Amino acid sequence: MKALKFLLVGIFFGIVLVKSEAVSWYRIYEMFRFQSFHMYGIIGTAIASGVLFLQISKRGLIKNIKGADIFVPKKENGLLRYILGGTIFGFGWALIGACPGPMYILLGTGVWSMLIVIAAAIFGTFIYGLLKNKLPH
Amino acid sequence: MEFILNPWPWYISGPLIALVMALLLYFGKTFGMSSNLRTMCTIAGAGKFADFFNFKWKDQVWNLIVVLGAIIGGFIAVEFLSNNSGTDLNPTTVTELKNMGFKSPGQTLVPNEMYSLDVLASPKALILLVIGGLLVGFGTRYAGGCTSGHAITGLSSLQKPSLIAVIGFFIGGLIMTNFILPLIF
Repeated sequence: MKALKFLLVGIFFGIVLVKSEAVSWYRIYEMFRFQSFHMYGIIGTAIASGVLFLQISKRGLIKNIKGADIFVPKKENGLLRYILGGTIFGFGWALIGACPGPMYILLGTGVWSMLIVIAAAIFGTFIYGLLKNKLPH
Repeated sequence: MEFILNPWPWYISGPLIALVMALLLYFGKTFGMSSNLRTMCTIAGAGKFADFFNFKWKDQVWNLIVVLGAIIGGFIAVEFLSNNSGTDLNPTTVTELKNMGFKSPGQTLVPNEMYSLDVLASPKALILLVIGGLLVGFGTRYAGGCTSGHAITGLSSLQKPSLIAVIGFFIGGLIMTNFILPLIF
């Protein structure tokens, strides 16, 4: 039962991202060419709704399943890792048109060659792990 | 039923993505898809090569289950909840992509020119997929998150590091789409 709720959230996530076309390579291209409002609308309303949810929960009006406060982990302070890592990520995102969530979702829609991308992404994370101590953070 | 089978508008989709984040936070977890890449490295034995991969991966099994669900969700969405209406792209985008050699912009979710299995016989497509995957996998961990962790969760919780990361996502994305893709295609 514990696992089932996560499976259902995942299924819902997959459906939403396909139906919103956020998994479309073309939508990502269009976004980075500023030729459509669609993706900005999705990201903007997602963040606005997220802010609303977290502000309400911060005032103690929504608790988590165990009755404790809703907790969002804090990202460490830093500059270089975020700007450099973010830019590298952006190169890949715009090239293959998929970030880590959509990679799996597109596999489910029958894009079998996404397995190559996923394998490469796992290997990319492995390379980061090897180089972590040598990189500016 | 037609409104479910048609593509969903942005003002419905955005709040539903926030709902995914809210549900995971309610279950005492967080919304972060790229963490799974690190977990898979650890399961494959990467801990022998770098300490970064020595962590209790069993605590992350729930997130792998979300991934499994996402795959199933993708299948359900195209098999049962779609009417193959295609993506209603800006006509300018369509013309532009056709001039670059993409035959049917918006007819599929990903371009056949990059993803169809026939194309995999060509080294160019294969190399693009591998490079793209490497950049995403490396960049997301370096930046400490991806679109779900930084753009949605991080910005919703008003965190400065996430804002810097998202600015990075856009710097990279804008350079790739506007300056590098035209050189490749």
